[in-house]
Amino acid sequence: MCVLHLMLQGFDPPHQSETRTIYVANRFPLHGHYIPTVTFSNGDVFQYTIWNFVPKNLFEQFRRIANFYFLIIFLVQLMIDTPTSPVTSGLPLFFVITVTSIKQGYEDWLRHKADNEVNGAPVYVVRSGSLVGDIVRVAKDETFPVDLVLLSSDRPDGTCHITTASLDGETNLKTHYSVAETSVCQSVSQLESLQAVVECQQPEADLYRFVGRMTVTLLGEEIVRPLGPENLLLRGARLKNTKEIFGVAVYTGMESKMALNYKCKSQKRSAVEKSMNSFLIIYLCILLFEAILSTILKYAWQSEEKWNEPFYNQKTEQERNSSPILKFISDFLAFLVLYNFIIPISLYVTVEMQKFLGSFFIGWDLDLYHEESDQKAQVNTSDLNEELGQVEYVFTDKTGTLTENEMHFRECSINGTKYREVNGKLVPEGLTDDSPDGSTPHMELLFLKAVALCHTVQISYDQPDCMVPGSDPFSHVNGFSANHMEYYASSPDEKALVEAAKRIGITFISSNGDTVEIKTFGKTEKFKLLHVLEFDPNRRRMSVILQTPSGGQIMFTKGAESAILPFATSGEMEKTRLHVDEFALKGLRTLVVACRHFSPEQYTEVDRRLNAARTALQQREEKLQEAFNFIERDLQLLGATGVEDKLQDKVQETIEALRLAGIKVWVLTGDKHETAVSVSLSCGHFHRTMNILELLQQRSDNECAEQLRRLARRIKEDHVIQHGLVVDGASLSLALREHEKLFMEVCKNCSAVLCCRMAPLQKAKVVRLIKTSPEKPITLAVGDGANDVSMIQEAHVGIGIMGKEGRQAVRNSDYAIARFKFLAKLLLVHGHFYYIRIATLVQYFFYKNVCFITPQFLYQFFCLFSQQTLYDSVYLTLYNICFTSLPILVYSLFEQLVHPHVLQSKPALYRDISRNSMLSFRTFLYWTLLGFCHAFVFFFGSYILMGEDTTLMGNGQMFGNWTFGTLVFTVMVITVTLKLALETHFWTWMNHFVTWGSIAFYFIFSLFYGGIIWPFLHTQDMYFVFVQLLSSGSAWFAIIIIIITCLFPDVIKKVFYRHLQPTNTQKSQVQLTNTHPYVNQSCPQAVCKECFWLFFCQLVEGKDYFLSIF
Amino acid sequence: MQKKENQEVENRPDNTAFTQQRLPAWQPILSAGIVIPLFVLVGLAFIGIGVALFVTSRNLHVLEMDYTGVEKTSPCFSCSDPIKQKNCKCSLSFELDKLFEGPVFFYYGLTNYFQNQRAYGVSKDYNQLSGDLDYFTFFFSIVPDSTCKPYRYDVNNKPIVPCGSLANSMFNDTFNLYQMKNGVKEEVPLDGKGISWWTDYNIKYRNPSVNPLRNAFNGTVKPLYWSKPAYELDPTDTANNGFINQDFLVWMRRSALPNFRKLYRRITDGLPAGNYSLEISYNYPVIAFDGKKKVAFSNVSWMGGKNEFLGIAYLVIGSLCLVMSVVMLIIYHWRNSSPDAN
Repeated sequence: MCVLHLMLQGFDPPHQSETRTIYVANRFPLHGHYIPTVTFSNGDVFQYTIWNFVPKNLFEQFRRIANFYFLIIFLVQLMIDTPTSPVTSGLPLFFVITVTSIKQGYEDWLRHKADNEVNGAPVYVVRSGSLVGDIVRVAKDETFPVDLVLLSSDRPDGTCHITTASLDGETNLKTHYSVAETSVCQSVSQLESLQAVVECQQPEADLYRFVGRMTVTLLGEEIVRPLGPENLLLRGARLKNTKEIFGVAVYTGMESKMALNYKCKSQKRSAVEKSMNSFLIIYLCILLFEAILSTILKYAWQSEEKWNEPFYNQKTEQERNSSPILKFISDFLAFLVLYNFIIPISLYVTVEMQKFLGSFFIGWDLDLYHEESDQKAQVNTSDLNEELGQVEYVFTDKTGTLTENEMHFRECSINGTKYREVNGKLVPEGLTDDSPDGSTPHMELLFLKAVALCHTVQISYDQPDCMVPGSDPFSHVNGFSANHMEYYASSPDEKALVEAAKRIGITFISSNGDTVEIKTFGKTEKFKLLHVLEFDPNRRRMSVILQTPSGGQIMFTKGAESAILPFATSGEMEKTRLHVDEFALKGLRTLVVACRHFSPEQYTEVDRRLNAARTALQQREEKLQEAFNFIERDLQLLGATGVEDKLQDKVQETIEALRLAGIKVWVLTGDKHETAVSVSLSCGHFHRTMNILELLQQRSDNECAEQLRRLARRIKEDHVIQHGLVVDGASLSLALREHEKLFMEVCKNCSAVLCCRMAPLQKAKVVRLIKTSPEKPITLAVGDGANDVSMIQEAHVGIGIMGKEGRQAVRNSDYAIARFKFLAKLLLVHGHFYYIRIATLVQYFFYKNVCFITPQFLYQFFCLFSQQTLYDSVYLTLYNICFTSLPILVYSLFEQLVHPHVLQSKPALYRDISRNSMLSFRTFLYWTLLGFCHAFVFFFGSYILMGEDTTLMGNGQMFGNWTFGTLVFTVMVITVTLKLALETHFWTWMNHFVTWGSIAFYFIFSLFYGGIIWPFLHTQDMYFVFVQLLSSGSAWFAIIIIIITCLFPDVIKKVFYRHLQPTNTQKSQVQLTNTHPYVNQSCPQAVCKECFWLFFCQLVEGKDYFLSIF
Repeated sequence: MQKKENQEVENRPDNTAFTQQRLPAWQPILSAGIVIPLFVLVGLAFIGIGVALFVTSRNLHVLEMDYTGVEKTSPCFSCSDPIKQKNCKCSLSFELDKLFEGPVFFYYGLTNYFQNQRAYGVSKDYNQLSGDLDYFTFFFSIVPDSTCKPYRYDVNNKPIVPCGSLANSMFNDTFNLYQMKNGVKEEVPLDGKGISWWTDYNIKYRNPSVNPLRNAFNGTVKPLYWSKPAYELDPTDTANNGFINQDFLVWMRRSALPNFRKLYRRITDGLPAGNYSLEISYNYPVIAFDGKKKVAFSNVSWMGGKNEFLGIAYLVIGSLCLVMSVVMLIIYHWRNSSPDAN
C-alpha cells in the first residue's frame, strides 16, 4: 500500500464561522512516512496513563461521597482528641482505596489492551501537521479513516463504490462521485499540481447532509463546483469495488460524522447504586441525629456539677477554661467519629469486588458461548451487572441482531408449480406427473432469466492486489473472472435472487452501461438494456425493459404480490397466489415475477411515453407514474420467489421469553418499512393476531398529531386485542418534536413497537424518550452495527452483538454477546442472580453496620456520654474488613435463589424482582429496623446479664468494661454471620468455609490478640479479656440465648411468609426440590459426610415422616 | 487441521462446575417441615437448660447491705458527713439463720459511679504500671503519659506514681468481719489472694525490679488521694504491694456499668449461722454524686453468682419455640388440607 504525503496550507479554526475552508495540499515531499491514524476512541475511553494513575485515581475515588466522608473522619481523628485512634478509620479507608484502585487499574489496562488490538492494524495515513487538508489514499476494502471529499478514483469517470454498513446498517453499494476537474488527477504527479480549495459547513452529525463547494484553479481560471453528500466519503464506510481513491480530508477525529454520532461516553450508574446512595444519605441523617442527640444529652447531663466533675474524675485547668462552643463542636465531632461506622465503609469496595469478580461468570458461561464463531460473552463494564435483572424495555436493532444479516433463496413457484432449491437445482415439489417436454422448462428458463435480469445489482470483481513493483500502480486491471465475482445490491433480496439464479445455472455476468450479459448454462447471452422502471414504495414493483439477443423487446417486472397480481392477465394466478401466501406463512419474503412481450408497435409507444415523461419539465413525477402504470399491465405471470431473511436461532423464543418476563420489546431499524414489518412478524415481535397501527410518512405536524389521535382512539375502542405500532423515522421526529406525550401514550398501550427508517441518533432519542418518561423504566439496547452505538450508549444497559459489521458496537457496549438468543439467559438468569446478590449485599451491609454501632450508641447512655467505646479499637477496625466481609462477598458471588434452568424456563420469575423490589424503601426499612432490634437485643441482653454486676465466673472474680464490650461484640459477629446464613439459599463449600471460617477466625484471632502483650500498643486493655470471657459458663449460655433470640423471629417470619404468601420464586424453589434430581443428589452425598450435616439432611429428608406423626 | 481446530475453540470457556455456576450446593428451604421439628428440639433443649440454670441460681445466696449512711438510722450516718471524714469507723450488724456455704465471696459495691468514662478510663500510664522505671521520672513533659492529667505531677513537678485519675480514686474503705460468739467478737479470716485476674497479677502489671521496692519510688509522690504510698499498701504481705496489690488490680479493672461490685475478699470456709458485725473504716466519699456504697456476700456456682436472668431467658425462649412450632403446625396443616380453598 502506498500512501501519499500531502501538505496542508492551512484551514481556519473550527467553530468560528459558518463554514470552514480547506486548502487542498499542493506540494508533495518525495517520501512519505507511515503514521498510524489517530482513532477517535483514544482520548475518551482511557481514564489513565501510568503517570497520572495515582493522583487521578485518588482524585476520582475521593470524589465518591462515601470515600470523601471517611477521609474527613480520618482527618478529624488526626486533629482532635477522639475516642478512637485514626488507625480505626484510616486502615479501612486505605484498604478500600487500594482494592478499588487495583480493580480500576486492571480494568483500564484491559481497555488499553483491547484498543491496541483494534487500532494497531488497519489504516495508515501520512500527514503533515494537522490532518485536515491532507490528501489520503484509500485502497479497496479499507475503511475511510476520516471524512473525505472524493478527488479521484482509478475509474475514468471518477466514481467509486462504498458500503456504509457500519454506519447505517445498509449493505448495498453506493456510488459516490468526484468533481470532473479533479477526477482526472489519478496519479501523485497530477495531484501535485492540483490547486483547489474546499469550502464546507462546520462538522455536524447528520450523515446524509453535506453542503460545500470546491474551487479548482485550472490554468489560472477558477472553477467552482458544488459538493453534496454524494461527494463525501464518510469515515467508517468501506471502499468496495474500486481499487483506490484519493480524497481530501475535511473532518477528522472527533469531528467526523461518525464520531459526532456517538454520544459522549457517560458514566452509567445502575438503579441499585442510586438506591444505595439514597440509603447512605438516610444513614448519614441517622448518624448526625445520633451524634447531635448524644452531644445535647451530654451537656444536659453535665449541667449538674456532680456529674460534670465528680471528685474521682477531675478536669485539667485547660479543659475547664476552653471555650464552650469549641468544646461543643469537638464533642460533636468526637461522637461523629464514634458512630461513623454506621456508614458502611467497605460497602463500596465489596460492591466493586462483587461486580468485578462476579462479571467473570458471564464470560465463563458456556450457554453464552457461540461455537461457530468461537466467541464468548464479553463484559466491558461490570458496573451494570444487576441492571440486567431490572430491564423493562428492550430496544433491538434488526439487521444483524435479530437476523443473521444473510438472505437465502429458499423456494419459488413457477407457473403454478412449487420448487425448492436443493444443491443448486430446482426440484419441483412432490414430483408431479408433468411431462418432461411440456412448457415447463421454457417457463422455468424464462422465470430464471427474469430473476437474473430484473434487478439493480452491481458486480464487484476481486482484483488481484499484488502489484509488480515498478509497474504503474494505478493501472486498471481488467482481468476478472466469474469466480471472484461479488454482487452488491441495495436490496439484499435481489442479491439473494441473483445468487440463486447463478447457482442454478443462469449467471449474471456484467452490466456495462446499456448491455447486460448473462450466461445461461454456459452460453453467454447479451441483452440490451432499454429502460429501467425504478422501484418506488408506492408502486412496490420495478421493471426492466430489454432487447433480447433475438431482437424482441421484453419487460420483466418484479414486486410485491399486491402490486403485480391485479395487473396480470395470464399465467397461473390462483395457484401462485396460494403459493405466495404459503411462503409468507413460512416467514419467507416473497416477490412475484412477471413479464410482458412487446410487439414493435407497442414498444415504440412505450419508448415514446417513457422518454416524454422523463424529459418533462413539469410534474415529471406524476407523468412518470402515469407512464409506468401504462406500461406495467397485461402482465404474464411467471411465478413467485421466497427468500429467507434468515432469522437468528431462537429469536422468536427469546422475544417471547422477554415478553413473559414483563419486558417490552421495541425493534428499531434503519430498514425499509415493508422489510421491517415482515421480519418483525417472522420473529414473533408482531403476532398475526395483532392489530398493527401505522404512523408512517407524516409530512406535517398537524397531520402527525391527527394520526396519533386517531391511533389513540382506536386503541381505546379496541382494548381487547393487542396492538403493534409501526413508526418511521420522519414521522417519529415529527411526533417527538411536538406531541411527545401523545406519542408516549400510544406507545405504552402497544405491546410491540417497530420503528423503521431510523437514523442512529434517532434511535438514541427514542431510547431517551422512554428512559425519561415518568416511570423511569430501565432500558436495554442491543445492536451490532456502528449505527446502534448511540442507542447502546444512551440506554441504561447497552448490549453489542458480535456481528459482521465491525466491532464498534461491541466496543461501545456494556456487554457483548454473539447471538441475540443469549439475551434471554443474560437477563433472566444472570440478571436475576446479580440483582438478588447485590440487593441482599447492600441491605445486609447496612444491617450489619447498624448492629455494629447501635450498641455503642446505647452504651453512651450508661457512661455519661463520655464517648467511651464499647469495643476495642482493633475490633472496630477489623469488624468490616475481616470478621464479616467474606461471607457476604461469597454470598454475593454464588447465591442462586432458583436453579438457572428454572429461571430460564419460567421467565415470569423475572417479574418478582422487577422495579427494584428488593431495594424498595419497605425492604430497606425492614433491614434497618432488624438491625436496630438485633442491636438492642445484643446490648440489653448483655446488660441484663451483667445486671447488678454479679460475678459470672466460677472463681468469683469480676468482668470489666472490655469484657462486656467483647461479649456484645462476640454475640454480634456470630449473629450477623448467621443472619446471612439464614438468607443464603445456595450453600456451596465456599459458603460453608467462609461462614464457619469467619466465626472460627474471630475466635482464633481474639484468642491470639488477647493472648499477647503487644509491644507497640499504647494500652493492653484487651489482654486475656477474651479468654476470661470464654472461661465463664454463663457467658457461653448468654451468647447462645442472645443469638437464638435474635434469629428466632426471623425464622418464624420466613416460614410464615413461605406458607401463607409464597412468592413465585419460593414456589418454584419447592417444585424444584420435589422434581429436580440434581438438587436431591447434591444434598446427601456432597454434604452429609460431615456429621452435623447428616443430622440436618436427615431432618430434610425425614420431614414428611416427622410430620406424619402429628 | 488439528491446529486450526484448536484455534477455533480457543475462546471456549471451561466447562467446570465453578465457571458454570453449577457447584454442588446444599439448598435448604426454610419451610415448616424443617423448622417445626427444629423448634421442638430447640424448645425442649432450652427448657431443660433453663430449668437447670434456674435451679442452680436458686441454690445460691446473696446478702447485700447498704452502708452509705444517708438515713439517720443507718449505722454509718455519722461517717457520711464529709466534715469529719478522716478515719471514721462504723459497724454493720447482721444475722445469718443458717450456714452460708463456702466459699463465700465478699464484694463491695458502688452505684452511680462512672468508672466507664472515657477520660477517666484512659487516665493511666501503662508503662509505669508494667514497672518501667523510665516512666517514674519527670522527663520533658513526656512521661508520665499525658492522659494522666490532672494527676500527673504534683505542685513541685514531681511525677505521681501511679499516675492518673483511675489509680488516684482507688477505693479505700476497709472491712473487718467479726462473728459474735457468746458476746465475744471473733474475727472471721478474710482471704485477699486471687481476687484479681491471674494474668493481671502475674503478667500485665509488674513492679520495678528494685529491692526494696520503696527505692524505686524515690523522687516520686503518691497519688493525692492515697494515704499510703503504693509500696506500703499491704504491710502484712510484701508480695501484695506496689502495682500488684490485689485491691489495686481489682480497682484498675474498670467496671462496665455505673452500678458495680468489686471483689474484696474470700471467706473460704463459709459463714456459719449466727450474728456478725462488719466493721468499716469509712473513707470513700460518694454522697456528692448520689452514690451508694454496699457490701455483698455471695456464694458462687460454676456459672458464677446468683443470676436468674439466664434461667428465665432460656425458659421463655424455649416455651416460645414450642408455642410457635404448634402455631406453625396448625398453619401447615390448614394450608395442606385446604389448598383449593385458597
